Amino acid sequence: MAAAASVPVPRGPAAESPVSKATPVSKAVRRDWAVGYTMVAPVVLGALAFVVLPLGMVVWYSLHEWNVLAGTFTFAGTANYERLLADPGLADSLLASLWFSIGLVVLNITLALLLAVLLDQKLPGTTTFRTFFFSPVVVSLVAWTIVWSFLLQADGGINGFLSTLGLEGPNWLRHETTAMLSVIVVQVFKNVGLNMILFLAALQGVPVELQEAARLDGAGAWRRFRSITLPMISPTILLVSIITIVGSLEVFAQIDVLTGGGPGNSTTVLVYYLYQQAFRFNEFGYASAIAVLLFVIVLVLTLLQWQSRKRWVFHEV
Amino acid sequence: MHTPIRRPRAAAAAAALATALTLTACSAGEPAALGDPETPSEPVELRMTVWTADENHLALFQEIGDAYAEENPELVSGVTFETVPFEDYTTTLTTQLAGGNPPDLAWVLESYAPEFVSSGALADLRPVLESAEGYDVDDLVPSTLELWQDGDGLYAYPFSNSPFGVFVNTDQISAAGQENPADLVASGEWTFDAARDIAAATAEDSGKQGLVVRDFDYQLWENLSTVWDGWGAAPWSEDGTQCTFTDPEMVEAMQWIHDATFDDGAMPGPGTTADFFAGDAAMTITQISRASALDGSFEWDLLPLPAGPAGQQNVIGQAGIGVFTQGENPDVAADFLASFTSPANAEKLATYFPPPRASLLDAGTLSAANPLLSEEQLQTVVVDGIEGAVTKPVHQNFAKLSETVRAQLDAMWTEDADVAAVLDETCAVIQPLLEE
Repeated sequence: MAAAASVPVPRGPAAESPVSKATPVSKAVRRDWAVGYTMVAPVVLGALAFVVLPLGMVVWYSLHEWNVLAGTFTFAGTANYERLLADPGLADSLLASLWFSIGLVVLNITLALLLAVLLDQKLPGTTTFRTFFFSPVVVSLVAWTIVWSFLLQADGGINGFLSTLGLEGPNWLRHETTAMLSVIVVQVFKNVGLNMILFLAALQGVPVELQEAARLDGAGAWRRFRSITLPMISPTILLVSIITIVGSLEVFAQIDVLTGGGPGNSTTVLVYYLYQQAFRFNEFGYASAIAVLLFVIVLVLTLLQWQSRKRWVFHEV
Repeated sequence: MHTPIRRPRAAAAAAALATALTLTACSAGEPAALGDPETPSEPVELRMTVWTADENHLALFQEIGDAYAEENPELVSGVTFETVPFEDYTTTLTTQLAGGNPPDLAWVLESYAPEFVSSGALADLRPVLESAEGYDVDDLVPSTLELWQDGDGLYAYPFSNSPFGVFVNTDQISAAGQENPADLVASGEWTFDAARDIAAATAEDSGKQGLVVRDFDYQLWENLSTVWDGWGAAPWSEDGTQCTFTDPEMVEAMQWIHDATFDDGAMPGPGTTADFFAGDAAMTITQISRASALDGSFEWDLLPLPAGPAGQQNVIGQAGIGVFTQGENPDVAADFLASFTSPANAEKLATYFPPPRASLLDAGTLSAANPLLSEEQLQTVVVDGIEGAVTKPVHQNFAKLSETVRAQLDAMWTEDADVAAVLDETCAVIQPLLEE
C-alpha cells in the first residue's frame, strides 16, 4: 500500500479511493459502489439462485424421505447416507464411472495432444483438418449420440463397413466391454476438438528460441518435446485434465441414448444411477444423497489435481 | 489499493428465497374429498397430460374440452391437452409433481397403476361418476376397472382398452410360399410355433425380419408377456410377493423366445431395428390402435394372438385417466372427467380408444369408428379380445422391477445363454424388491 500511495493517482472517481476509516463516505463513492454492485448483481444473483441455492437444497433433500406421488416429505436424518454404504448398485455405478473416466481421460488427452502436435505444423490443409476435428464440439450432443447409435447397431454403419472388409463386427452396444468402449469413444470424438484447440494454443505459445537453442545443443525431436514442449504446456495439461475428469463424471445423455445403462448395469455410471433413483424410482431423497457424494468426489479430485500441480506444472514449480 | 466495502445484505434475502422455494417444492397436497365442484372465484384453466401426439386424437380431445368449457363458463375458462413423449411420460409426470406443478388430470400407464393408486396421488372418482347425470357407471365392464380400484374407490377411468393382436404382412408371407395365417386361425392351428415357422421362412425369403414384438427392443421386457401368457407364465405371483420367473412355464416360454431369435431367426436379435409398418417385418405383435400407422403400401391382416401350450390368452394394454389430489382444482377436474368420459363422449373417443363401456363394445359401433378394420377383425380381436383379457405385468414397485429385470435379462440375449440360469439369477435379485 505504501508503494501504491507514491504512484500518481489517476484522475476521475477512482482517484477518491482509498477512503480512510475516518473520512465519511462521500456521495460519489456511494454512487460508485451502487454502480459496482449493480454490475456484479446479475452474476451474483444468478450464482446464488442457480448454484448455491440448489446445492443447499440438495443437501436438505438428502436428509429427507421424499415420496413425490404421495406428496410426503419426512425428515430421515442420515438414513440416505447410511443406505449409500450398503447399496451394491451404487458400488457398481462407481466402478462403471471409474472405468469410464479412466478410458475417457487417457484416450481424450492423448488423442487431443497428438492431433494438436500434428496440426501445429505449417502444412497445407491444416486449417481444414482443425475445423474437421473441432466441428463435433458445436454439434448438439443428443443429435451426435443418436447418429452414433445408428452406426453402432448390430446391422449399423460400422458393422456394414467392417463387412465390406470381410470382418464381422460385434454387437457393439450389447456386450459389456464393447458397450463401455463405444460410449467412451463417442464421447472422445465429441470433445477431443476442444482439448485439441487448447493444446494447439499452448503449443503455439512455446518460445521458438528455446526450441532452437535445444536444437543447436543437439537435442532430437522427442527430447525437445519431452523436455521443452511438455513442461511449457503443462498448465494447459492441468486445465484440460481437470475439465475432462469433471466432464467424465457428468456423462449422461450418451448413456441414456446409447445403452440405457446396459447391458446389465455395465454402463450405469454415477450420474445415470442418480437419474434412475430420482426420476425413475421417485427416490428423490436418496438421489440427493448420491448427488452430494458426486459433489464431494468432484471436489476432492479437483483439489487433488490442484494440489499436485506444484510437482509437475512448469509455472508452478 | 483496497476500498473498504460494506458487506452486502443479500444473505438474508437469499435465505428467504431458499426457504420459500424449498417450501414450495416440498408442500404436500392434502387428499381432497371430491364432490360437486364449488364454483371457483374465477374460471380455472385445466391441464391434462397425455402421451399421444396424434393430431386427430388431440383435435378430438380439444373439441370435447371446448364444449365443456362452453357449457360451464363459471367453472373453467379452457382445457389444455399437453403432450409428453411416451418414453419419458411417467418421469415427466413425477418431475412435475416434485416441482409442485402437477397437471389437473393425466393419462396413467397401466404398469404404474398400482403405484399411483395406492400412493394417494389420485383422487377417488367414484362419487363424482356415480352422481353425474346419465353417466351409468354400471355400464363400465368390471374387469377393465380392476387395476384402478382400491377397496371401494376408483382412482382412474380406463379410457383405453386396446387389445394386442398380430398384424401380418400377407404380401411377404405369400411371396415366401407360406400358409396364410388367417387360414390357420380358421382351422384352430394358429399357434406360436406356427407363427414362428412362418416368420422364419418369410424372413429368410424376404431378407427382412420375421416376428417383431413391438416396443420390446430388448428393453421393455414386459411386452414379452403377450408371448409368455400363451404358456400361462407370469413374472411374479398374483399378489406380487413371489418371483415366478423360475416357474417351468416361464423358463419354457423364455427358451422359446430365445431359440426363435438365435436359432430359428424368426425374431430380430438385439440391436436390430425392424418396423413392421414400414414393411421391415413379416408380422408384429402390437395393439390394434397402431392400425393407423398402416399406409396401404402392402397387404395386411389383423389376427388374434396365437395360442401357446397353455392355450390362447388375450392381452390388453390399458391406460387410465386420473385426477391428481395435489392439483389445484381436483373437484373441477373430476367434473370435467365425468363429462369427458360420458356415454356420448366415450362413443366419440371409441374412434381411437376401445372404451370400457359394455354398451359400446360391439363390432358394429367400433367399425363405424375404425374404417381400417373389418367388422370380423374387430369382433375377433377387439370385442372378443377384451373379454377375459389380462394386462401386461403390473406391480406396486414396478419402476424398480422394470429396470432391475431389464438388467438381468440382458444376459439372456446372447446366442449361448443359459436361459434357466439367467432366470434363477433374476429371481434372486428381484425377490427383495417384490417384498419391499
